[in-house]
Amino acid sequence: MTTTIPTTIQEQNNIEQSQQEVTIDQTAKMQAINVNAWFGSKQILKTVNLAVKPNTVTAIIGPSGCGKSTFLRCFNRMHELAPNAKMNGKILLDRENIYDRQTDPVQIRRRVGMVFQKPNPFPTMSIYDNVAAGLKLTGAKKGKQLDDIVKHSLEQATLWDEVKDDLKKSGTSISGGQQQRLCIARAIALQPEVILMDEPCSALDPIATAKIEKLVVDLKQDYTVVIVTHNMQQASRISDYTAFMYMGELAEFGETKQIFENPKNKLTENYITGVFG
Amino acid sequence: MMNSYGFRKLKNNLFFTLCAICVIIAIIPLASILFEVTIRGAPQLSLTFLTGTSANGGIGPAIQGTIILVCLTSAIGIPIGILSGIYLSEFGNNKYAQNLRAINNIITQFPSIIIGITIYGIIVLTLSSYSAIAGAIALSFILIPIVTRTTEESLKLVPNTLREASLALGVHNWRTTLNIVLPTAKNGLLTGTLLAVARIAGETAPLIMTILGNRYFFQGLNQPIAALPLEIYKNALQPYPEIQAQGWGAALILILIVLIVNITVRIATRSK
Repeated sequence: MTTTIPTTIQEQNNIEQSQQEVTIDQTAKMQAINVNAWFGSKQILKTVNLAVKPNTVTAIIGPSGCGKSTFLRCFNRMHELAPNAKMNGKILLDRENIYDRQTDPVQIRRRVGMVFQKPNPFPTMSIYDNVAAGLKLTGAKKGKQLDDIVKHSLEQATLWDEVKDDLKKSGTSISGGQQQRLCIARAIALQPEVILMDEPCSALDPIATAKIEKLVVDLKQDYTVVIVTHNMQQASRISDYTAFMYMGELAEFGETKQIFENPKNKLTENYITGVFG
Repeated sequence: MMNSYGFRKLKNNLFFTLCAICVIIAIIPLASILFEVTIRGAPQLSLTFLTGTSANGGIGPAIQGTIILVCLTSAIGIPIGILSGIYLSEFGNNKYAQNLRAINNIITQFPSIIIGITIYGIIVLTLSSYSAIAGAIALSFILIPIVTRTTEESLKLVPNTLREASLALGVHNWRTTLNIVLPTAKNGLLTGTLLAVARIAGETAPLIMTILGNRYFFQGLNQPIAALPLEIYKNALQPYPEIQAQGWGAALILILIVLIVNITVRIATRSK
């Protein structure tokens, strides 16, 4: 007993020390407040604070294992699906905490869509059904209305012209780049407010990458985009804001131009100039 | 240099020959059984043999009984087995499921005669009659753990990225399982399940203790019923050559039924 009490107090102290006073950003679409995350006993995120502005592209960069994917997955409550995953802190969507006890993660995931690293269309479904999957499986729409949404989503994902005659073909019959745009169309079809992208181009060739990048820039007209990328040129090309993460902490966050041209943090500068990473 | 290369080549050939010999040793008994059953069973085949009762030298009740037992067992066992497999694969990340999985694996290895005795004690003694339903329940006890296991294994092969893709669309867990995971695992599920059904179609031991056998066609679920494996077993014990010959015929029919199920599975899953 005598040994456990000091440790608990110490732990509490540590957490209190690491908690920062954060004011709620009234203009932010999403805001992470003092987010900590663990896999088992390994702490992946340490007191991360970040505000994402509406209709912008925010890039999260940093070396492998710095926690950027984990952080992204906290934004639509996908992190908690992994075994042994824990997190605390708040993430606000339109100033409401998505980790509130009465909030249904399923509802959050309809408002905050996600595109994954590897294209993952449903192999048993046609191209059409892949795009319609979210709406069909959540029991939302049917018939003509669904046809329109599928067409519109594929158009927005700049895939319509390439697949309009093959809508009945399997979702996995098209090329990798097309599959990834299909996955973006699938996310768009639900008309989310925010789209999270976890290294969406890392499995694609440069031509397919260029198409996705152009698409991401177009998407911010209607959505708020948060994109994790390994590719710093990509971050500087497409994002308005950039967050640099290092060892589970947010090392620096600011406008992309400032981060790349005039980084305040030595770590950021070293990473961007290729001293390490 | 040349010497050691020659030696390695020799070892390679030796290993290959050894494997080939073992395959042949394994095939000989199977092939001879198939050969013997066909030679002795084929002359028995006729319309009366397939549809008549034992009074006119037929095994109709046994064929009918096996079909009824297989259907009943499938109706009881397949849904329970598949749902259990889904539980273990999709929601099985806890202590309870781990124990369940271990027990299930043990039951898969259970001697089937013990399952027969158990059902004899539970159902036959309670209803104070051998019956079709007792046989179907005994066979279900064999079917369920096999189907549970194959279901779990097939579902585990579905990449997790597909589950994540579906959940990220705001689709509930159960719909993800039904509409994404199950269709993706369909071929594995179908193969595993039908092979398990073929296996229970040939089970004899649990039937001895539960259905008794019947010289007449189906008379109700609570009445004794005939079945092909039991018919073969009983006829083989008879001293009369003509009845033994009927046993050979029944064996051939049973092998054909199992073969047809197997071939159907192959065709159904190949083209996809």
